[in-house]
Amino acid sequence: MIGAQKKRGGWSWWYLLFVIQFAVALWPPFYNRVEPTLIGIPFFYWFQLLWVIVSAVFTAIVYFATSD
Amino acid sequence: MPDVNWIALGIFVVLFGCVAWLGFAAARWRKGDLDQLHEWGLGGRRFGTLITWFLVGGDVYTAYTFIAVPALAFGAGAVAFFAVPYTIIIYPLLFLVFRRLWHVCHKHGYITAGDFVRGRFGNRWLALAVTVTGIVATMPYIALQLVGIQVVIGALGISGTGMGADLPLLAAFVVLAAFTYSSGLRAPASIAIVKDLLIYATALVAIIVIPIELGGFGKIFAAVPANKLLLAVPGPNTTGAYSGYATLALGSALALFLYPHSLTGILSASSGHAIRRNAAMLPAYSVVLGLLALFGFFVIAAGVDKLPEYAAGFKQFGSNFAVPALLLHSFPSWFVGIAFAAIGIGALVPAAIMSIAAANLYTRNIHREFINGNPTAKQEAQIAKRVSLIVKGGALVFILFVPTKYAIELQLLGGIWIIQTLPPVMLGAYTRWFNSWALLAGWAVGTFAGTTMAVATNLTTTFPLVVGSHTFPGYTAVYTVMLNLAVAAVLTPVFNAMSSGRPPADETVAADYHV
Repeated sequence: MIGAQKKRGGWSWWYLLFVIQFAVALWPPFYNRVEPTLIGIPFFYWFQLLWVIVSAVFTAIVYFATSD
Repeated sequence: MPDVNWIALGIFVVLFGCVAWLGFAAARWRKGDLDQLHEWGLGGRRFGTLITWFLVGGDVYTAYTFIAVPALAFGAGAVAFFAVPYTIIIYPLLFLVFRRLWHVCHKHGYITAGDFVRGRFGNRWLALAVTVTGIVATMPYIALQLVGIQVVIGALGISGTGMGADLPLLAAFVVLAAFTYSSGLRAPASIAIVKDLLIYATALVAIIVIPIELGGFGKIFAAVPANKLLLAVPGPNTTGAYSGYATLALGSALALFLYPHSLTGILSASSGHAIRRNAAMLPAYSVVLGLLALFGFFVIAAGVDKLPEYAAGFKQFGSNFAVPALLLHSFPSWFVGIAFAAIGIGALVPAAIMSIAAANLYTRNIHREFINGNPTAKQEAQIAKRVSLIVKGGALVFILFVPTKYAIELQLLGGIWIIQTLPPVMLGAYTRWFNSWALLAGWAVGTFAGTTMAVATNLTTTFPLVVGSHTFPGYTAVYTVMLNLAVAAVLTPVFNAMSSGRPPADETVAADYHV
């Protein structure tokens, strides 16, 4: 499945990465806590910032995997 | 004016001057006939990946963002961080939906959302609804950028009321108006580069220096009261702050790209590839935005709101003064000048793009559609230039004579209004299934319901939706767009049955939406 071309304009299984990205970002109960802290920053804050970087990586993966 | 911070002001003026010069010089960049609307209004559609990155970033990260997000963190705590999941959502939207829009708009020469809806659905009234919504939602947003400039000018020590204090704002406005008129979208595109470099530099330096000054992140977060440090855990029978937070992020993300200035930034890109590449690169801005939200906590830890020298500023500007006060407190004057210039220039870029976008909408979808059907290219560009001037002038008048809190409230309503264009614009990029009159009905219901709900909650963002014994507080915009969609979906088969049975009007074909 890796590298399989998606149909033009159709669904690609790579888009599931986006679904994961959204699901985690939009589920506050998961990250609404103080511990574990990172250099004094509560989990709530550093996790969401980390998730931005993870999301950028996901988007880059999807871009390269679905390039025409 | 004894309190003026002359060094900071000097640097501020110099940087502003450079940027003004750049705005005018931009007319000759990637040369095109600025009497053509797509040249003036879309920069000739020639901006590659990097320029698009700066331009779209300039849309997302406005001066108001830099002032208001930390102000919210300072005042309300953890909820301000919704800006981070918001940025996590917007980029896939850009990647998937707006790439399709880019292709179809490029193919058919559409410059605005109104153009697209008109072509896709063949209904000039639906297009008009989208157009008017776009223009009306943009106006308070422009006004709030000017507020951003006002706050930093006040922080430089030029205070008080009356003409003297308003003069710098007027000067900034004149510069903005002049270079937008002459260079169109090329002006904010070129300035966006300078702005972003300044913003990044300021944010990076601040995020390193201020925590060191304050003794580390542990100490900073220890200074934040417990009820602001995290989201309040919801009580029984309610999803409380959790659903509020998630829907705020989701609704803001959906609304962002529906604003005319976002679409203008996107449509000015030279290719669909540039859009997609940007979707991966723009998150760099998100990290900055997350860091900015933390600045609100730095303010609490530094206690600048309690210091006498900033009392006047907080009195005049409320929690919007948080970031300027923090910068004044933590840095030498010359760096403050750079930082304030970053914020001020950070207002010019979106204000320029927003006024150009509103002007494009008026010119193509009101003037050409309903007033003069066959303008020459030169006439079109002239109309757009004048409208952009009028729109900015209107925003300036508003800011000078109307209390800021009304601008904020109007901007909030603007978000609720603009999201009602989601069905025709975003879903229209995927499917023609909806009946255009059903969409118009959905838009009307959503807009009316949204306005009523917002007024009923005293213009706060959250509406407590009660289902049985459970409450689901959520962002009004999200609930109303769902209502909008429901109405459109229900009415589509009804109106289709009542129609003449002709195939639905649609200038576009499926292949137009991708490479």
